[in-house]
This record gives sequence, structure tokens and C-alpha cells, in this order.
Amino acid sequence: MLAAIGLLVSACDKAAEDEAATAYSSRYEALPGGTTLITGATVLTGTGERLDDADILLRDGKIVEVGMDLSADGADVFDASGKWVTPGIIDVHAHLGVYASPGTESHSDGNEMTAPVTAQVWAEHSVWPQDPGFVTALAGGVTSMQILPGSANLIGGRSVTVKNVPGRNVMDMKFPGAPHGLKMACGENPKRVYGSRGQAPGTRMGNVAGYRAAWIEAVDYRDKLAKAEKGQGEPPMRDLKLETLVGVLNGEILVHNHCYRADEMSIMLDVAKEFGYKVTAFHHAVEAYKIADLLAEADTCAAVWADWWGFKMEAYDGIRENAAIVDLADACAIIHSDSAIGMQVLNQETAKVMGAAARVGVDIPPERAIRWITSNPAKSLGIDAVTGTLEADKMADVVIWDGDPFSVYTRPERVYIDGALAFERGNEAVNPTTDFTLGTATGGAQ
Amino acid sequence: MRQIITALALLAVALPVLAETTAIVGGKVHTVGPQGTLENATILIENGRIQAVGAGISVPNGANTIDASGKIVTPGLFSPVGRLGLVEVGSSAGPVDSEQRGEMFTAGFDVADAYNPRSTLVAVNRIEGVTRAAITPSPAYPDDAGSYGHVLSGLAAVVNLGDDDVLDRRGAAMVVTLGESGSAFADGTRTGAWLVLRNALDEALDYRDHKGDFERGMRRDYMHSIADLEALQSVLTGTTPMLVNINRASDIEILIGLAAEYGVRPVIVNGAEAWMLASEIATARIPVILGPAQNLPGNFDSLNARRGNANILIEAGVTVAFADSLSLTHNARNMTQSAGNAVGDGLEWDAALRAITLSPAEIYGVSDDVGSLEPGKAADVVIWPADPFELSTYPDQVFINGVAIPMKSRQTLLRDRYMQTSSDLPPAYRD
Repeated sequence: MLAAIGLLVSACDKAAEDEAATAYSSRYEALPGGTTLITGATVLTGTGERLDDADILLRDGKIVEVGMDLSADGADVFDASGKWVTPGIIDVHAHLGVYASPGTESHSDGNEMTAPVTAQVWAEHSVWPQDPGFVTALAGGVTSMQILPGSANLIGGRSVTVKNVPGRNVMDMKFPGAPHGLKMACGENPKRVYGSRGQAPGTRMGNVAGYRAAWIEAVDYRDKLAKAEKGQGEPPMRDLKLETLVGVLNGEILVHNHCYRADEMSIMLDVAKEFGYKVTAFHHAVEAYKIADLLAEADTCAAVWADWWGFKMEAYDGIRENAAIVDLADACAIIHSDSAIGMQVLNQETAKVMGAAARVGVDIPPERAIRWITSNPAKSLGIDAVTGTLEADKMADVVIWDGDPFSVYTRPERVYIDGALAFERGNEAVNPTTDFTLGTATGGAQ
Repeated sequence: MRQIITALALLAVALPVLAETTAIVGGKVHTVGPQGTLENATILIENGRIQAVGAGISVPNGANTIDASGKIVTPGLFSPVGRLGLVEVGSSAGPVDSEQRGEMFTAGFDVADAYNPRSTLVAVNRIEGVTRAAITPSPAYPDDAGSYGHVLSGLAAVVNLGDDDVLDRRGAAMVVTLGESGSAFADGTRTGAWLVLRNALDEALDYRDHKGDFERGMRRDYMHSIADLEALQSVLTGTTPMLVNINRASDIEILIGLAAEYGVRPVIVNGAEAWMLASEIATARIPVILGPAQNLPGNFDSLNARRGNANILIEAGVTVAFADSLSLTHNARNMTQSAGNAVGDGLEWDAALRAITLSPAEIYGVSDDVGSLEPGKAADVVIWPADPFELSTYPDQVFINGVAIPMKSRQTLLRDRYMQTSSDLPPAYRD
């Protein structure tokens, strides 16, 4: 009888979880779009391929075909000769909406700095969709992004992946079917925030003890759930924090770990080994170039800046070639922004790395480099089956550039999201304006 | 014997002179001066100075000749604001020598003596073309003890990023912070920040006019130290420019009025809403230093921040200098990206180059000496393999005061160490 009740309670918990999933799940609907044929472009597919004088057909929100001499009845034809086409840009490290512009204290919603482990919080519950940064990012070609909690905590909470179509709430923007991420943070930030309060962690070793303690709890919670599932005892009371961590252990939630130094990243790979989870990506990773082989072996991405360095001790060894050296080792390189300004020019940031690599004789052609801001971030977000490359049946997330995207003079001319024209340079009739920017002298996308 | 010694001595003097003659030949030279852009031109450098620039200049025998055929040659870049050589690691590591807290100094705080030419930031930035920099004190936000900085942060300096005689000009500008940022140093109000500035200028005037009485103890006490009031004297004469961190259009309007009232010479730094007053700023002959990519509001002072700010100002006739758009001193080198983006947004290429060379030199009053490739000026020259604004372009060689600097930094050393994939040794045992 007790066992039966246990089962019932467990079933109820399961139902509650499903209900929760429904309650906060994506309500994204693509903008209205038709059939579009883009012709005569230089196309970087995001798969590592470059096609010259190629066409792309978009219909019903999907890419129908990429090839030569395509035609389609009733399509809106865009002559892209002399222009370049790439997949929509994906930024794996955004704080739009959680640290919105204007950056007032009232908008400081990215760090739940009340305890070092806050796996129970979800970044999406802080996202303010009126952040004007969504629109400026769109003008820079960004079609999807991951919005993360900050790095004050060892475990900061769940991230959310969104389509860059500003809605009335975050559910309107959530990328359909995208898994949650878990933000973890190494190094200076957690130890400074809590150490300065005389609280743990106050050192890097304290950081690691903190992660391990959290995972020990999570393993215990998972085992209790499993036992209850088999009718062996009462299920534990639902715990949002541990639910998130168990999601990681079960492979449903992807770990995005803010970590700068090579030695610390190496240790974090061992923490993952101890508890049987995977680090999907290290973020910032300014010393990824020192352990490119370890990252390749672990199938862990390094999401890095092109050139930020020295603003803190753990960023002192940053070099421009970082992403290139990671890529050379056949590890997954990503250029990310962590900045509402930098997000608008991820193509330019990538170009700086290409040039730096060329300086030492490493040639990274555009078709290879574009992966750092399209297919590789898509992979790290678990959305690579549906976006990140220009291939048939994928979401029609597409940028038309008015030239080589790796030139400083080039701008996105059109941005399609799910086949709909979401942005056109200079066309105010098309471009979105957030509520916040209404009535300002600048208006919409700048 | 005496004659021989004299001859040897002469030889010893003569030889280095010969060795110090450098000719950069064959490049496309953007002089940013009256000579404009010259194809296949020669730059002759003697004793650290530009001797001649032009096509068809004969190269003296024995000159160190550098072939720049097919290359682009520009003046060295001038970083218009930032903390190069004053900061190593900004957060939790130090040193940070740009910020001053407490009661001892405001206007009189002078960063010049803190400049470290051996800072790792200097090499990182100079190998990418930055040869001169204004190094500026920055407003100090409250530390753990609650001590904070001032509306008047103190005196900037101009330095060259070479190894010798690095200080070009001490007291090159007075740095002031107004608007919402400045209010943090003035009891939390914008008006308070203006009052602090006015009071400082008024006290400096009073001190100037009644110095004798003051020294005899026959004048009221001042809120500022004598060092502060002395530092403000050249600001009041308009000799030393006043760098004003300011964004909101209404504050800029007040600034224009204050400049006329006191005869001071302001330079707007940031100026997110400056484009809204472009013609007024041009008429008042106030230069602007900005990062052209800053198009989002950091606070309500920059609500109308927009892309194109720089171009609108330049179009109106304002002297504009570009900084790295993220205002990260460590990456002052990214001022070329700022220039390129301004061109992408419609600015003429030559005007963009001016905004990272001659314009900042003019702002700091050192344009007789640097900022363009003209005879008599310091030989700060950069040889680029291609368009310097393109993101994939890095300099082949940089000269500062005629010296070819080693094209190495701690970053290139790290890169080279970790690209030695053939070595089985631990990194510490590699080069």
C-alpha cells in the first residue's frame, strides 16, 4: 500500500514536471513569411562549404534547397549577386534582457548573488523582452542566442535559448525544443563575491569543493527519485535546484561553464568525470589554446572572445589566435560576445582571429571560420539539428551581407528568421522597435 | 696622435648618424598632411625625425632602406583616451594608477609619473600600430572603505609607446566627469557635479587674482588644495583642454555655455547624444572623443545613443577622435576597427584615418610634433601589408621616433610557445 502511494506521488511529481514544462515552454511563432529565392550569392553554408554564384530557396520557414539555378513559382526573388549569404549568427553568450539596456540597477537581473549555488533559478524568468539590444543584435545578423545568468555563482542557474524576434514575454521568444543550459562559473568571480562576505567559497579550492558538494546532493536526489520510481521508498519533495542538476546528470541540460584558465578548465573536466556529466562548452576560455587537445578529446567547445584580455588576472594570457588554435586541434571553436555591443559584430570579431592566424601562416578560409558563429554555437546549444547551417529542411535563419562578412565595411542587408524577413537595413517598415525605444530620437535598429 | 684621436672621435660621432638614417621606399603613403596620399613614395627618417616625404626623393648612401612596395604606410596611431601604462590588470590584481581617492588631490592629481613604458599593454598595443597615447586619470568609484574619487579626476599626459624619452607632455588635459556619472562624486546630483566644477574654477580664479593676499593669510580658505588650484590655471587660460566625460544633450548644452563663460576649452568624451547638437558643438569648436560603436544606452544620459554619431559630428565639422568602442585600455589597438566601422557607415576613408592620428594629436596640442607624416615631425610610421582598417590586417613594422620596435609582445610569445605542437616537452621547457 505504501509503495503504491509512493508510486502515485511519484506519478504526481512527474505530472507536475510535465505541467511545468508546458507552463514555461516555447510559444514562439515565426513572423509571417512567404517563399523567397535568393540568387547569385557567395554562400557560406556553415558546414565548411563555400558555393559561388549559388541560390537558396526558402519556403514555409524552412530552407528548401541550396544549389545552382534554382527556380520557384511565385517566389520573392532577391538578386544577391555580389553579396554573401550565411546562416543566421548565433551568440552562445548573451545577457540581453537579464542585464538590459539601459544598464540601471533596476535592470540588474542576471546574478542571483544570494548563495553560491542557485541552480533553481532560470534566466528566462529575468528576461525583459523590451531590451533594445535585441534589435541592435538583429541588425548585426544575430538570429538566435543563449541568454545566461551571470558568473557570480558557482552554479548560477538555467540559461535559455531564444529566437531573436522580440515578443511580449520570454515564452514568445524561446527557441522551440531547445534544451536548457546550466551556467557554472570558475575562478575569480564566485570566490570574490562570497569570499568578500566571509562566506564560502573564498578560494579556487573552495570553488571546487562547492561544485562537488552540489553534485553529491544531486546524485543523492537522482538516486532517491530512481528508487521511488521502482517503488523503493518515498520520493523526495520536489527541489528545483536539484531538479536542474539532475537534468544535467541525465544529459537533458547542457553545461556552459564560465572558465578562463587552462588549469581550471582541466580541473572542471575532472569534476565532470567524477560525477558523470559533460561540459558542453567553456565560456571565455581565454587559455583554451593551452589545452586544445584536452578540449578536443572531451568534445567540449571553447566559446571565446577574439581579443579581450587583461581586465582581470585570469584573462591575462589572452591571445588573438585562441579560437584558431582550438580549431586547428579539431576542437569546437566559438566566438561569443558577452556584450550587447560585441554581439552586433561577431563576424568582425571572427575576422580578427582569421587575420591573426594568417600572420603566423595558418590559413582559415571564410567557409571554415563562419562555423565559429553559426554551426558550432548551434551544436553547443543542442539546436544544430534544426539551425546553424544552410541545408535543406533546416530553419530558414539566413543573413544576406552586402559583401564579404569578414570585411569591416560589410553590413547585414537582410536577416531572415524562419523564412520571414525580420530585418532589412534602412527599411523602417520592416524593422522592429522595442517599446523602450519608442519616442527616442534614434527609433529602431541602429 | 692627438689628430688621430680626433679623427676617431669624429668617426665615432659620424657613424651612428649614418646608421640612424632610414628610408622607407615604394609604399602607398597616407600622410594625413598637406601632401595627401602618395603612391610609390619615400619617407626619409633621420635622428628620429621625418626628413622628407615624397615621390622621387633620393635615398642617401648607407641609409637603412626598407622596401614597402605594395604596402600601405600611415602615421602611427594615437590612442585618445585610456590608461595605457597606468594599469596592468584592472580588477583585483593591480596596479591601477589612474584613479585617485580621498581628500588630498583632485585637479592636481597627475598621472605622468605613474606611466610604465615596460607595461605588457604597451608592447601589445604598439605592435598593432599605436605609437602615441593620451593617458588619462579615471573617476574612482567607491572602494571597499567607501572612499571615492572626484568630479575633477586630475591631469592627463601624452606619452609615446617607445622605450626612451616616453613622456611627451605632462598636464596635457584636465579630466572632468559630469552628468549621471559625475553625480556619483557630488552628493548624488547632476547639479552638484556642475557646482563642484564651477567652484573649482571660481576658486582657481580667486587664487590667481589674490595670490599675494592668500599667501599672507588675508584671503578665505579654499576647498581645493594649492596644487589643485595651480593645476587649474592653464585650464582657465584655455591652454590646457578640459576632457569632459559627458553624454546627455542637455548637459552638453550647459557645457557649451560654461566654456564660453570661463574661456575654458572643453573636449567631450563619449558624447552619446552629441550628434543631436552637432552644429552647436562645431560652432563652439569643441572636439569629441568617442567609440563609434556605442549605440545602446548605458543609462538615461545616453538614451539617444546611436550608430553614426561620429559621422554626423564629422560631417558638421567637429574634430573627432576614435577610441576603441569598448573602452578597454588593453585593446586600444582596436581603434582601427572603430575607424573601419565609421567608414562602413559612410565616412570617408581619409577622414577616418585622421580620426585616429592627426585629430587626437590636435586635441592634445601635439600636432606640431606627431599625427601626420610631414617633414620635421617625429617619425612614428606604420607599414601595413593591406588596408589598416580591415580586421585581418596587422602591421609589418612599426616605428616610434624613428626606431623600428621589436614586433613582439607577451602575447606573441605565448602564441609561439603553444603553437610548437611538435614539442613533447611541457610548455615551461619550450621557448
